This record gives sequence, C-alpha cells and structure tokens, in this order.
Amino acid sequence: MDVVTPRTLDEALCLKAELPQARFLQGGTDVLVELNFDRSRPPALVNLNEVAELRGWSRENGALLLGAGLTYAEAMRGALADEMPALAEASRTVGSPQIRNRGTIGGNLGTASPAGDALPPLLAEGAVVLVASVRGERRIPLDAFLVGVKRNVLEPDEIIVSVRVEPSRAPQTFMKVGPRNAMVISVCSLALHADLARGELRAAFGSAAPTVRLVSAPLDARESFPDLVAGAASPIDDVRGTAAYRRHALRVLAGRALERCLA
Amino acid sequence: MSATATTPGVGRVGDSVPRLDGPPKVKGEFAYASDLQAAGMLWGHTLRSPHPHARIVEIDVSAALTMSGVHAVLTHDDVPGQKTYGLEFADQPVLAHDRVRYFGEAVALVAAEHPEQARRAAEAIRVVYEELPVVSDMERATEMEPLHPERPTMGHGYRDDPRPNVVRHMVIRHGDPDAQGDVSVTGVYEVGIQDQAFLGPESGLAVPDGEGGVDIYVATQWLHVDRDQVAPCLGLDPEQVRIHLAGVGGAFGGREDLSMQIHGALLALHTSRPVKIVYNREESFVGHIHRHPARMWCEHRATRDGRLVNVRMRILLDGGAYASSSTAVASNAASFAVGPYRVDNALIEATAVYTNNPPCGAMRGFGAVQTCFAAEAQMDLLAAELGIDPVDLRLLNALAPGDVLPTGQVVEGSCPVAETIRAAAAIPVPPAEELPRDPIRLPGGAGNTTRGEGVRRGVGFAVGFKNICYSEGFDDSCAARVVLRADGSAEVHCAAAEVGQGVTGVILQVARTELGTDAVTLMPHTTSTVGSAGSASASRMTWMAAGAVRDACRAALEQRERSGGGEVDVERVHRHPRTTPLDPESGQVTGERAHVAFACAAMRVVAEVDVELGLTRVVWVGTAQDVGRAINPIALEGQIEGGTAQGIGLALMEEIQTRDGRITNASFTDYLIPTALDMPPVESVLVEVPEPAAPYGAKGVGEPPTVVSTAAVAAALRAATGKPLRRVPVRPDEIVGLALS
Repeated sequence: MDVVTPRTLDEALCLKAELPQARFLQGGTDVLVELNFDRSRPPALVNLNEVAELRGWSRENGALLLGAGLTYAEAMRGALADEMPALAEASRTVGSPQIRNRGTIGGNLGTASPAGDALPPLLAEGAVVLVASVRGERRIPLDAFLVGVKRNVLEPDEIIVSVRVEPSRAPQTFMKVGPRNAMVISVCSLALHADLARGELRAAFGSAAPTVRLVSAPLDARESFPDLVAGAASPIDDVRGTAAYRRHALRVLAGRALERCLA
Repeated sequence: MSATATTPGVGRVGDSVPRLDGPPKVKGEFAYASDLQAAGMLWGHTLRSPHPHARIVEIDVSAALTMSGVHAVLTHDDVPGQKTYGLEFADQPVLAHDRVRYFGEAVALVAAEHPEQARRAAEAIRVVYEELPVVSDMERATEMEPLHPERPTMGHGYRDDPRPNVVRHMVIRHGDPDAQGDVSVTGVYEVGIQDQAFLGPESGLAVPDGEGGVDIYVATQWLHVDRDQVAPCLGLDPEQVRIHLAGVGGAFGGREDLSMQIHGALLALHTSRPVKIVYNREESFVGHIHRHPARMWCEHRATRDGRLVNVRMRILLDGGAYASSSTAVASNAASFAVGPYRVDNALIEATAVYTNNPPCGAMRGFGAVQTCFAAEAQMDLLAAELGIDPVDLRLLNALAPGDVLPTGQVVEGSCPVAETIRAAAAIPVPPAEELPRDPIRLPGGAGNTTRGEGVRRGVGFAVGFKNICYSEGFDDSCAARVVLRADGSAEVHCAAAEVGQGVTGVILQVARTELGTDAVTLMPHTTSTVGSAGSASASRMTWMAAGAVRDACRAALEQRERSGGGEVDVERVHRHPRTTPLDPESGQVTGERAHVAFACAAMRVVAEVDVELGLTRVVWVGTAQDVGRAINPIALEGQIEGGTAQGIGLALMEEIQTRDGRITNASFTDYLIPTALDMPPVESVLVEVPEPAAPYGAKGVGEPPTVVSTAAVAAALRAATGKPLRRVPVRPDEIVGLALS
C-alpha cells in the first residue's frame, strides 16, 4: 500500500482523480482502526494532514468555514467554541485527549457513522458540506450528504474541503450517553438548539437511526418535544445498547436539554 | 532476547520499595514479549475457526504452501507427540482435529518471512466445515450431545457424573441441609463473562537449539508447567524445552493456559528458524480463556436476631469448550460460596459444564468473585428483612479461628474477619460533593448528560473471602537457588513469574533481609537454572517465593559457615502445610485442611447513579484488607487499587458478549474497561495479623480486592436505585426499569 502526502489542495485533487480507489486520511483515527482490523485494504492512502488549506477555520460573510482538518481539540477552544458551543461540547465527548488532537471534523463526515459526535450539532445548525474535485465544487446540505450507515454522497474523485455554518447563536447543548465516563462510542447522543430568533426547537440525534436525524418543532411545542424526538428515532439492538434504552435515553436527554437551554 | 537480570537495589522486608519496572513501563522502554526479536526470525500466524461448533471435513494447505515467503503450514497431523494438552485434563487439541468446539479455536499454523505473508497464507488454507448444533445455553448443556464423547476422566476433583457435558459437579453437605430458620431470603444471581483484558497481547518467540530442542521466550504465569505441557506435544523430553520469561503485560489468570507456546515451537522446529507469534487484540480476546459466567440460585436462612442457620446455593458455571481450570474454579466457588461467615448447615452444589461458548478458566478471584457477588447480595437482603444494619449483620456472623467451614475444615491461623470489617467500616466516608460540578465529576462523565438531574447517591458494603495458595491436596511448591560469591555478593534464581504484581521486588527484599546485604542480583526467570516456582496465581507467589528464597538464603549461609568461606550454591524447595482433597460425595475435608490459609477484604463503596439514564460513577472506595503482614506496603496499595479497578469493571461495564457462541465485542472499543475517569480514590487500611504458616506471616494480596469490589459496587448501586440488580455487569436498562434486574 502506498501512502502519498500532497502539500496543496490542488495536488490532493489530482491525486484523488488518478487514484479513485485511494482512501483519504485526515487525522486517521478511523482509517487506522479499519486497517488494523483488516476491514479495508485500500491500494493507497492519501494523507491530507499536510494540506494547509484544509486546516483550522475562518469567517466568511457572517458564516463560519470549518476546515476538514479542524481537530476536535481546536473545536473545543477559543472563539469557535463561543460561536458553536454545542459543537465544542460534542468535541469534548470524543475519545481521549490524544484522539481529540488528531481526529477531525472532515474525518467524521468522511466516515459518516451515525455515531459521529460532531454530526448532530452541525446538523442542528444547518451545516452545508463543501466538496471539491478536479471537476469543480459542490455544496451539499449535511442532511443530503449523509445517506446511510457509513455512507455519504461523495464521488470517488471528491474531497471534503470544509463545512459552512451560519451560527444561530441559539441556546444549545450536546449530550452523549455511553457505558463509561469517557472514551466511548455513543450509545445515543443529542444536540438541542432552542432557536428563539426563529421560534424553533431543533434537535439532532446520533446512534439511533442509520444516519444522524433532525427533528424540529415550534417553541411552544416544548412539552411534547421529548416524545417527538424519541418517536423520530429508529434505533437497533446491538452490543452497545438496546433499541428500547436508546429511545428512552433520547427522551430523557431531550427533556434535560430543554431545561438547560430554556431555563 | 529479553531475559535480563534484575539489578540490585535497596529495601528489606516491610519497607515500601518503589518498583524497578515502574519507570521503564511509564516511559515506554520496558521490553514486553511483543518486543522480542531474533536474527533470521519468521512470523507465525494461527488460522482459527469461524464456527463455534463444526466438523472438519477437509483441510487443504496446498495453495498456502506455495505462496511467497511461506516456510511452513502445519495442521493436526504435524503434531509429533501428544495431540492434546491442558492444565487439569489434557482435553484441548494443539490444533483442531476432527472438530472445532469454539469460535476461534486454532486449526492450522503458518510461518512466513513477514507477518502479512503469514496472514495471507492462513487465509489461503481451505478448510471445509460442516456446522454442528451449537451448545450455547449452559442450563441446557447437560441435556445436549456430549462435546467430548471420550473426555478424560482422570484428574483433579473428578467425580463420575453420568450427565453429558459436566466438567465437574460437586456438592458440599454440611450439618443438616434442611435446617429451618426464622426468616429466609432467596435470589437468583448472574455474572457475565469477564475478560482479563491485559494490555500486552499474547506473544512469544521460539528458538530451535539445533539439537532437536527449543527455547521459548514467552509471557506466562508458570514456566515449568508450560514446559511440562509443551514437551510431550513436541515429542521431546522436558529438558529439551526451556521456557524463559519474557516481559509480561498483565496476566490476571489469563496466562495460566498455553497460548502460542506449542504453536511457536512446532513452527520453529519445523523450519529450523526462530519463530515469533504475536496475537492482535481481537485474536487475544478470542484466543484466551475468560472468567466463568455464572448463574447462582441462593437461599439464606437465619434466626430473628440475625444468625445464619443454613445457606443453600446452586452454582452453575459455563466452562466453554475445554476444561482448562474449570474443575478448580467450580470447587473454589463452592468452598467460598458462604463468604467469611459461620454457618452450621449448608448445602452447596457447583457444576461446571462444557459448552461451545468461549472457553473459561482462571481469572483473579477464581470462582470466589461470582459467589461473593451473590452471597453478599443475600446478606444485604437478610439485613433488610431483619432490620439489622448490614455491617452489624456481617460482624455478628464473622468467621474466626476455631470456627468450622462448610467443608468441615476448622479455621486455624490468621483469620481476622471481624477486625477487617471494623477497620473498613471505620474509614470516614467523604460528604457528597456540592453542585454545580464539572460534568466529568458526575455519572455520564464526559458525555455531559447531567448537571445533577436524576443523580442519587448510594453507599454499599461488602466482604470478600478467598483461599491463599493452591488447595485440595495439590503438591504446591516453589524452588529458589542462591549463589553466594566470595566477594559477599549474591545471586538469586527463582522462576516465580513477574506478571506486574511485583514479586521480583519481594524476592530481592527477602534475600537482602536474610543475607544482610544489598548486593543481591535476581537472575533471569527460566526453567534452565532452577526448579519450578509454581504459578503466579492463587495469591500464592509472594508467600511461596518468600519462603523458598528465605530457605535458600539460610541454607547458603549455613553452608558457608560450615565450609569456612568460598562460593556456595544451594537450591531449596518450599512447601506450605499439606492440604487434602475434599470428599467427592460430601464435599467434606478428608484430612486436616483442604485450604492452607484464607484472606478477606471488606469494602465500602460510594456511588452516584443517574437513575433516569442508568449511568453510574463510583465516587469513593474505603477498604480494609487482611494481609497477614505487609512485605512492601506501597506495592500492596497498588494491588488493592488495581484489584478494585478490575472489580469495578465487572460491576459496571466489562462483559464479553456472544451470539450463538461467537464473541461480538472482541476489541477495546466495545469491551470496556474503566478509565481514569471511572476510577475513584481508594483509601486502604492494612490489617496485619501474621499468618503463622506463612513466611514472615505474609498472605497473598492480589485477589481479595477483586473478590470484594464487584459485590460492594453492586451494593452501592442498589442503595442508590432501590432496584434488586441481581446481575453484573449492571446494565443501564435494569436501572431505568426497561429490563428485569
């Protein structure tokens, strides 16, 4: 297996066009596990860690552009954490300090797991994914980008460049349930944004359907909202938890999140 | 090669001596078995069964043999000597022959230039299986087809049982098993499959000696018993097989059974090249034995004032596909089922069965963990029924020297149960931490799930009890050799396995104490220079190694005295007081004692539970342990903390899950062990009542914390939730009322 390390986005796009079967590595906290478990054997790895254009985040006409290489450790800190507090809270729930230093938002989108911790807060903020290839650019709303368990709409020659978000600055929180007090894959998770400006409650949950899912309701539907969230889930029984528990936990999380955001 | 001598240091018996292997382990410099290397080394790989139960119709290795870099592909037919091995019954095939009996059983071996070539060659071996019905329910195992139609019937604790798939069935009948009390409490309890989850996966290096023999460098718990199982399978004399201890990354019972030893040696002898085998994590979870899952039906009868009258317990243990140490685990579970309490009447029945589930054997606590969980829950039920404080109820029934155990054995020596209970109960419990708190200091931790909503605090108390050293007539011994040089320095040889418990430190402390010098070097642990040390298990290694080293040091000094100087070289074998078997029909001791000594631990646990989400946090642990005498107090504290962590794991999260015999969570992603955020501060008190039979009065310390902590955590969760919680690991579903608890 070859490992190639482009230094620029253009170089990366050309490489991917030439090697459509290659896997991108952006942080590598998912890809390396897959390789170690022999679940995938790509002919080549394209290491994106040295592509400067993909790093960090920036502002653009009131919106935020989160680079695909933005790490969870970076999302937990500073001005970005003030703009997107639920994303910061979600980032804090990821793995260990070492994993948070390496794992990236782009990796979360590329893996497209329903358990991806960054996905619910991004979905609740109406994030749009910017992808590029030698053929050009596409902007795909996050709910259209994720289409199934570990499946997204990325074409073989495409690369995730960034995520565009117009922060609502609404009261918001993120919670994740796991069987121990750190370093767990989510049994279920929930981001709640009480968007007073738009008169809307938005909740996005993870690990309780094939993809993260968004539920919204008017602000005055607060009483019935936990049931609405639980009802929108289609969870499964697996080694991490039962479907019944996931549904129950989502109801509890939604109730608590409303208290937190609307207190 | 990793065998190295341990350098001199300071510290005598009773001093707190820091661990010599601490700094290199923390810095990543310690050489573990997985770091072994040799010039011209090949890599071995094991092909394992994808089925829990199947007939092997055909094995075709021709494609694998022709692949590039491949030097050997071996099957059952290539095992030159005895085809099976085992700790108690030789019922486990070196490589599966006509049948596979568990998911992951070894079927074939490959040696190649590169580990990847070995893996690919293993994939190219064509095995035709015909799947057979899977025996996955331990309660139905005795009604199914026998998995071992010609199972061995000679060995430790065997009693003829006409039912199929019984590894061992034993009954302890004591007094009047029908004796009635004023009150009775009953319960059915269950323990899931715990894994040792050591961080260092199975690994070793086999090096042929060019004369038909082989040296095996491996992480193990008992070098000589490895040799005695390996040599017959290779068709060699024991002297032709030399086992050397490589760096052990945790053991906890999981390295008592063989892993790669025979496989590596077969490949090495076949290729005339050194062969290294390292399991990956998934293979490690699948390839070693686990703690027996158990189901226990209990009834405790007592007088109105709280005295136990009769304890009746039926214990069912799933041993999985091969016997391993199931016979001894079953017996231990039965022997310690009541806990450290006086009771004149008892009926205890323990059965270990064969199934197609993952094989089970030794793990820290060895049968006592399962029964302690059940018996202590019963004691709390009894306390509630009678309106007596749980600690008082335990004190009222506490065992003391002179009392009779359910096996008829009279307790002698050190058995300070009441003192230990009082010492633990006297540790002040910290007040509840104020809100608001950083979420990582609440149940749910980093998940940010509560700011205090739904959180209830509970306090639980439990007492654990276990034997020290091997029991039931086993000829338990440990050898040590001491060489005194003319310059006054000394060399100590002892094959006691250092598995992270700190026995090397103990050996050096003892030798320095006895010889009165700091110039002591501990030589590499090996079968080639010294006799057997016995196993680093059963909380016996400190006792036995201290005894052997002490005896050898004293003999060496005497000999030098007699010879008037010069170099002396003596070897001594230490034995603890003899034990005798239990009667196979009545479970009563046939001589003076079936167990040589006992140790107990008492523990109070404070837990917080989010009762709406079923998430938990152990806040604080206060524990007292009966240790005889502390040889190295700081190391003891470490053993108590580590043992407690392992017990917390079983209570809250650690479980090997299976579906029709297949393990579904063979990784640290889904087999969860406590992290630093799950581990509370542990306040420990050592209760020192020297054991007269033990060198320096020191009992073993490794297992009691693990025995007691699962029960104590469960008690705290019950106190917090008001739920019966009769199964560990406790699932969130049970706490929130979605599943029966």
